[in-house]
Amino acid sequence: MKKELGIFLLLVALCAVTAILNPRFLSPTNLTNMANIIGLFGIFSIGLGLVIITGGIDLSVGSMFALAGVLLSIALREWGLPWPVAALFVILVPMGLGALHGTLVTRMRIQPFIVTLCGLLLYRGLARFIADDNTKGFGNAEGFETLRAIASGKFLGLPMPFVILIVIAVVMWLVLHRSVYGRYLFAVGRNEEATRFCGINTKLVVASSYVLAGLLTGIAGILLAFYTNSISPSTHGNFYELYAIAAAVLGGCSLRGGEGSIIGIIIGTALLQILQNLVNLLGIPSSLNFAVMGAVVLLGVLADSYLGNRSKRTS
Amino acid sequence: MKGISKGFPGVVALNDVDLSADVGEVVALVGENGAGKSTLMKILGGVHQPDGGEIRVDGVARRIQNVEDAMQLGIAFIHQELNVVDNLDVAGNIFLGREPRTKPFQLIDRKKIHADAEPYLQRLGLDIPSDTKLEDLSVAYQQMVEIAKALSLNARLIIMDEPTSSLTIAETNRLLALIQELSGQGVSIIYISHRLGEIDEIASRAVVLRDGENAGELLKEDISHDRLVNMMVGRSISQFYVEPKGSSKAGYFQARDVRSSRYPHCSVSFDASQGEILGFAGLVGAGRSEMIKALVGLDKTAGAKIQMNEEQVEIRTPRDAISHGIYLVPEDRRSEGLVTEMSIRENITLPDMRSYAKAGIVQTTLEKTKADEQVQALKVKTPHSETLVRNLSGGNQQKVALGKWLAMQPKVLILDEPTRGIDVGSKSEIYQIMRDLAERGGVILMISSDMEEVLHVCDRVAVMHEGRITGVLDQANCTETNIMQLAVGQSVEEAKPASSE
Repeated sequence: MKKELGIFLLLVALCAVTAILNPRFLSPTNLTNMANIIGLFGIFSIGLGLVIITGGIDLSVGSMFALAGVLLSIALREWGLPWPVAALFVILVPMGLGALHGTLVTRMRIQPFIVTLCGLLLYRGLARFIADDNTKGFGNAEGFETLRAIASGKFLGLPMPFVILIVIAVVMWLVLHRSVYGRYLFAVGRNEEATRFCGINTKLVVASSYVLAGLLTGIAGILLAFYTNSISPSTHGNFYELYAIAAAVLGGCSLRGGEGSIIGIIIGTALLQILQNLVNLLGIPSSLNFAVMGAVVLLGVLADSYLGNRSKRTS
Repeated sequence: MKGISKGFPGVVALNDVDLSADVGEVVALVGENGAGKSTLMKILGGVHQPDGGEIRVDGVARRIQNVEDAMQLGIAFIHQELNVVDNLDVAGNIFLGREPRTKPFQLIDRKKIHADAEPYLQRLGLDIPSDTKLEDLSVAYQQMVEIAKALSLNARLIIMDEPTSSLTIAETNRLLALIQELSGQGVSIIYISHRLGEIDEIASRAVVLRDGENAGELLKEDISHDRLVNMMVGRSISQFYVEPKGSSKAGYFQARDVRSSRYPHCSVSFDASQGEILGFAGLVGAGRSEMIKALVGLDKTAGAKIQMNEEQVEIRTPRDAISHGIYLVPEDRRSEGLVTEMSIRENITLPDMRSYAKAGIVQTTLEKTKADEQVQALKVKTPHSETLVRNLSGGNQQKVALGKWLAMQPKVLILDEPTRGIDVGSKSEIYQIMRDLAERGGVILMISSDMEEVLHVCDRVAVMHEGRITGVLDQANCTETNIMQLAVGQSVEEAKPASSE
């Protein structure tokens, strides 16, 4: 809880500074846009966070977005599938790929980094091939206006991705921090062997985290496709897995596994996005965008390890 | 070392402790976990600074401010967990960080490093080539390489912390002989061990610590188990071991044709009764742990036919074993027995989460009640059950590893080296827990390499040798000689032949 508090204070401070330096930060347009983006990124960052908690990693998220986006456009506009079927299809594909990753990691004992690195390359290539490297879009959304409204509309004045994030966060909080399954996730991340000796099917627990990550990636993939409204298969979702990893680490996940929280991941996501917003609003050259983000993640992790060491010594 | 004191926030770890070793003397340092042995040694090694007292080397007062200082003074450590680099060879390990270089490129002088290593290996009577990779050596040899390294640093005082805890009996004897050899060469040894038999054999003096203070000192001729244990725990040895009592219900648990992947061509069969503690003795590598893992479904390629209460029981996964009330407390509690980064509560409830959950949601209050219950029943020394297991001492960790299964009413409890590396006080408490469980009708199988433990705690002892049971000894025939004979594969007249092929 302490960990989350520290990064939350940082987030508040960052918002305050930005708001003072440029009041446009608090304009309804900017806030709505921020909520929209935080919603999008938060959803799949939670998924990746679960994988990280088991001690794994998923590098293929960005490429899955390209694949999901391309497939969604094709399913809706070329195959003319009814939108609920198309949406389900686009959620099931990443889940299936997640199951594949999980199987390779647990049954074949291939390192998660390698499995999902191959995924990163494979799905990007597949997306480009399927789309013939053409940009895909949704036109006027004829026949699937409802889906578009769900993905990019508003609910009680809030952008849908943000609303969906809240719902998912509550559910996943229960799953991770209150359920038996969540306890297993942490236990596996901390000591898989001892957990196995307790009669728990650790392979299933690990593999299922990749499937859950796939589910959340699929959902975020649909939202992202409607957010950008056009999917250019070679760049759509590029590097997004790294945003999620950075957010999870900022939010207190350890890449060694066994540590992390839903609230931390969401605050981490918000921090990263607001940082980008700040770069724009303060007129910092946008070419420095990545550099600023890298520096902040590094500082955050350094501060955490410094404070962590100190509290260990005094206790 | 004279009048050494050291405090940590909240505790006085050492209070006015004296310790001395003459040239070529072997001094045993004994005491329960937490008695201050490691703190004292860390001060000697320069890891901690004393708050008071002085250290004299050759009569000269010295300040040891860091590890390098200690090395300079000829003080070397052989830790329980060895500090070797697996993928380097013997010579590379001995001269790690001090490799002879070639001119002009400063590359490692491969000829010289092996030539330099040779005399140290000879001095220890080691017959291994100096280009053997450490990963290809047994733990015992790796330890010898560490000793060679200490000698190459001109060590005149070697501190050994539980050096025999993972050695076989033959290897232990070899190490003890080597220690005597070194002492003859003028090297002083401080020998830390929980195995009182070894101390008796090699030490000229035993210094006992209790609660951070000198509790007494015994000269060689006065060293006896009773007196040492007395000094360590402040109570007599009759309370140390738990005598079996009560009758047992025979043949409750029957294992037939247990095969492990380590010895696929051997199989093991045995019976155990309710109320019985059946010991498994043997040398390291006899296949005891492997046999047990096959029994509880942790070995995929293994096979076993098991009957409980005359009913056939199918065990393919650890889950199956657990659902029949067969639980294993594994050998390595830190990597297999416990999730050390979790709290006592979370560890105790982990194997049985379902019964602490409603609709998949964990009921923390239920967990807490159960965990507190176990903490109290097993006398785990901790402020509360939310403490991380990592922060407990070895004995208390082992109690938690036991507690999680005791909370689930074991029918058959299997313990693999249950008291390895833990202090005498916790040991006798763990024996008491085992005996209590047996008296409530549990079947207890215990693997142990500690001879005294096997002799005194078990009702019967099955001795294994290279994957087979070579004999089962009942109380009357259970002697050290008989066990050793069976352990090396010879037969014993009185021993009943076990039904293994």
